[in-house]
Parts: sequence; C-alpha cells; structure tokens
Amino acid sequence: MSAQPPATPGRLDLSGRQYAHVDYDEKERLFEEVKGDLRFDEYLYGCYECGICVASCPSARFYDFSPRKIAQTMAREDVDLFYVFLNDSVWDCSQCFSCDVCPRKNSPGGVITVMREVAVKNGLASAAEALEGYGRVVYKIMSTGTQVSPDMLSANAFPDWGPHVEEIAKNLDVWRRALPPETMHTTETSWQVDDKTIIELYLIWHMTGVMDMIKEVDEGLFMILQDVMEEKLEDAGYDVSFD
Amino acid sequence: MIPHSALFNKAKDRNYVADPAQAPTEDYHDIVDELEKEGEWIVHRVPDPAIEVKNKYNRTKKIPVEKTWHHKSCGQCGHIPGYSTAVFWINRQLGLDHHDPSDQTSCTAWNYYASATSNAAAQAAVAMRNFAAAHETGYYPIIHCATSFGHYKETRQQLIHNPELRRQVKKILEKLGKKLIMPEEIVHYSEWVHAMRDRIAERQVVDMSGLRATIHPACHYHKLIGEDAIYAPEVYGAQRSAIITSLLQTLGIDVRDYSTWYDCCGFGFRHILVSRDFSRSFAVQRKIEVMKEEADPDILISHDTGCVTTLDQSQFAGRAHDRNVGLPVMSDSQLAALAMGAHPYKVLQLHWHSTDNKPFLEKLGIDHRRAWAEFEAVTDEIRSGKREYLTWEDCDV
Repeated sequence: MSAQPPATPGRLDLSGRQYAHVDYDEKERLFEEVKGDLRFDEYLYGCYECGICVASCPSARFYDFSPRKIAQTMAREDVDLFYVFLNDSVWDCSQCFSCDVCPRKNSPGGVITVMREVAVKNGLASAAEALEGYGRVVYKIMSTGTQVSPDMLSANAFPDWGPHVEEIAKNLDVWRRALPPETMHTTETSWQVDDKTIIELYLIWHMTGVMDMIKEVDEGLFMILQDVMEEKLEDAGYDVSFD
Repeated sequence: MIPHSALFNKAKDRNYVADPAQAPTEDYHDIVDELEKEGEWIVHRVPDPAIEVKNKYNRTKKIPVEKTWHHKSCGQCGHIPGYSTAVFWINRQLGLDHHDPSDQTSCTAWNYYASATSNAAAQAAVAMRNFAAAHETGYYPIIHCATSFGHYKETRQQLIHNPELRRQVKKILEKLGKKLIMPEEIVHYSEWVHAMRDRIAERQVVDMSGLRATIHPACHYHKLIGEDAIYAPEVYGAQRSAIITSLLQTLGIDVRDYSTWYDCCGFGFRHILVSRDFSRSFAVQRKIEVMKEEADPDILISHDTGCVTTLDQSQFAGRAHDRNVGLPVMSDSQLAALAMGAHPYKVLQLHWHSTDNKPFLEKLGIDHRRAWAEFEAVTDEIRSGKREYLTWEDCDV
C-alpha cells in the first residue's frame, strides 16, 4: 500500500510513481536527447528560482504548470522529474515566450519546444494523446503549405466562435471571390501556392526527417501524407520514397 | 495600495534612452554581415528608400518603403482576410511598388509551436526557402504574421550560432536550386505601418479624434528575440514597443493603458485549435474584461494573426456567461485603411470578424448599412455570374 495520498485531479503528480514502471535508462536516454539538441545550451543557463517566468506565464494561471520547475528540473538533471514533465506538463505551455523575460536569459519555452519535439520523435503515448484532434491541421500545413484554410471554418469545428462562422461557411466561395487580392480567391488554402513551391516543401520534409516524426506519432496520418506527397513528387519527376 | 493610474503616469514620464554599447546581446547586423564576408550566405539588403528607426537597444533598423515581397499569414488570409487585404490596399493607395507572391509557403510555425511535428533544420529550411524566393524576385520580404516574424528571428539566431545547421540548410537549399539568403533586417508589416504613419495620416479622411483604444502587442513580436522590435521615446518613454501605439496616436486616437498589457492573448497555438477553454478564459478574463474595466475603449487594436483571432472570437462564448465583453477587435492595418477611407466590407472584410463592430463604425459616422448593401451588390453579381471577382479597382478611393 502506498504511503502517499492519491493524485488530485487537475494537479500535476510530481511524485513520479506513475512512471515507476519505465526504466531509468529510457528516461535518461530521452533526457540526453533533449540536452543534446543544438539549441539547448542557448535555452538554459541555470535558474535563480526567482519565479519571474511563472508570473508572466499564461498557462500557469489556468493549469498546474510551472516554467520555473521545468527549468530547474533540467538544470538539476533530475531525470525522473524530467520524465513527468515530458509526459504530463509540456503540452500545457502556450509557447508565447513570455518566460523569455528571465533575468538569467533562460528560455523555458524554448526548452519545452525541444522536449515536445523529443516526445513526438520518440512516439510517446502522451504526445499522441496531446495531438489527438490535431491531425487535420498537420495534414493541411504539410500537404498544402498553408495551415488554417478558409474551408476549415465550419460551425462544427468552431461552435463557440459565433453564428458568423456558419455564415462564412455558407457563403465561402462567393466571399472568397469578393476579396480583391488575386492570390486569396482560394478556399482550400489561405492563398494560392504554386505547384513548384509545394514540391519544394515536400522535399524539405523529406530531407529533414519530419515524415519520420509523423510516422512515430500518427501512422494513419503518415500514410495519408505519404500517398499525397509521393504522387505529386513522382508527377514532378522525383523518385522519392518516405518509407 | 498604489493607484494603478499613478504607476501609468510615472511610466509615461520616464524617458529611457538605451545605450547600444551596453546592450546585453551581440548586434545581429554585425554577425550577419561577417558571415556574408565569409561566404556563408548572401545578405539581401533593404532597398532604398528606407526609413531608419531604433530597435530595443537603440540600434538602427532599416524599414523598406517599397519593393516589398509580402510574406502572408495563413491565419490572416484564411480566417481574417481583411487584415492582409488592408496591408495591400494601403500600399496601392500610396502608389508603392509591392509584390504578393504565390511562390510562398507559410512559415509553418503555428503548427510547430502547437504540435512539435518538425525540427530545427526543417523550420530553418522553410524560412530560407521563402527568403530565397523573395530574393529571386528582387523584392524585399516583409512579414505579415508576428509568429512568422518571431520564428524567423529565432531561425536567424540558430543559423548564426550553429555552423552545422547552416551547412545542413545550405545543402537542402542547393538541392532546391536555391542560394542561402539572409535578409539584412527581418521586418514585420507593423513596423512598416509605424514607419509610414505620417504618410498614412496625410491621407486620413475619417476623424478618429474622439476614439479611445487599447492595444495588444504580440508576444512573438516583442518577447521572442525581443531586440529587433522597434522602440521610440515618444511611446511610453521607449519602455514598450512603439508599433500600433505610434500609429494610433498619429491618427489622433486616445490610446489607453491597462494593467495586463504584458499578458499574452491566450492563443496558445494548440490551445486555440484543440483546447479552446483555456484560450477563451484567458482572453476574456485577463485581457478583454481588464481593458473594459480599466480603460473603457471603443476598439482593441492588435497586430498578429493569433491575437486578433483569439481576442475577437473568444468573446462570443463570454456573452453566454454574462461576462463583460463586446469590444471590437481589428488589426492596425485595418484601422489605418479605415482612416484612409477604405470600405469596411470590400477592404476591411469586417463580416469575417465575430464581435459586433457596428457601434464602432457608427461612432465614426460610417453608414455600415449602406456599406453592407454595396458589398452585397457585388456578391450578388458574383453569384449571378455577372462578374467573377471583386477587383482592386472596385476598392480604390
């Protein structure tokens, strides 16, 4: 029987007991991957424990979230606690970089960016869960080169934004043509993107291993993207496989 | 307790002049130039005529007047299209040479900050592909989105400090048939609006002297690699970034302060798409309600994709909970265009916004019913096949 009380809903359980079954070596491997990132040394110099980052942090006001604790954990190399934050905290960050106000010149938000990347790259279940419902956005940006297209505005997707969303959806084609910039008459992309430009974007995803990251975290999405990209690349004369 | 107004007045009275020699960062201009001398990249120089302004550490930043390549924002063009349209319209009305490219991708940073489904090399390659595309046209990149602006500054910093990353990105660009091009300055469109504010005011036809406004500066503009941001002694004694406020004051608007100005808007990147309870709560409770209670503004002006989206769209749900909401939100470009006589629906495209902006238009003496009827006449013609599109000529004043 555990001597500790059960975790409180909405509160971050920092005891680490929820990950006691994970090998320390695995936690350390992921920790070293974060530390080894080329940006890490510019994102973390130490910590005065002043809490200025927390005071400026929007997520800290609404979640049990602390950029200070994450910075301290990384600076102290507390591998067990790192693993808790990696799974249970980093996705609450707003990535606004208000915490860059740090007098020690840390960027806790930057450290979190790297931690998230490592979580995705290693296919952690917590990362997959955090990205549930987000696949259509990843699909849109990776396959078309623009992220939030006009045709994503639907009452189902944004019921809390007001009745004008339904009006936009109803009139979408005409209202897009009632825009003076010629590049913005599109509905499936935010503006008209050249085919050549899209091909170049696909080649960037291919050469930088981004598709491998997608495969780790969402295999279904990977397969859909693979089909779209390989076909377009083949049509453009490139023999590229994402396998 | 010290009255909040006393603190504001004290801050306004200060006149802080930063000494570049005491700056806590290296001057990126020097390093960018040095790397060009070493053959690492080609620097895309700001074309003449340029307007010189000062950045956070009182270093000179050059803003191009024209020959601009407009790096559009997916969130602006997709969901608040009057935002980008207003930028283009102002350029056109001022007779300035500019280019709206289709050889441009999003910076992809909204997705990156939301999902982390990318990496430093990919993000840098996307940025440098866009910069190379701009250079090929001879036009200078001007960035519409504050997140693109912030992310590109981050990218520049990473490329400066990591030779291996430079080599990797250079190799990728070579495979795309492109050179590694680094702009001399990374310029946000609000900086262009700031630099052009007197010329905009010369064309002002709508009296805005009775207006009260609050502003929200975008985090990725002034916090993320904050030194590029423009500061000016006449705006809060150069202790806050000058953009937006400088324009509004030049147009005769009373810009009012509020205690949570430093707070972000609540956008959160992933939150606005899949955890909007956070975005709504933060935007309403930490921004809109505070502004209304402390400053009683007629309008909230911001200058980023995510900020305008979150601060505007979050208010509808706030109404259901009887919160103190109902503050219209626009970008600085939309307000500048409106001051110059732009059509509220053909140019500003206000029907894409959520919060009711009609009382604001009425306060300015603008007949929104007539304006909407004029817009509907155009859409009727498009529907009937009488015309294919609304054109720039239809929007000229």
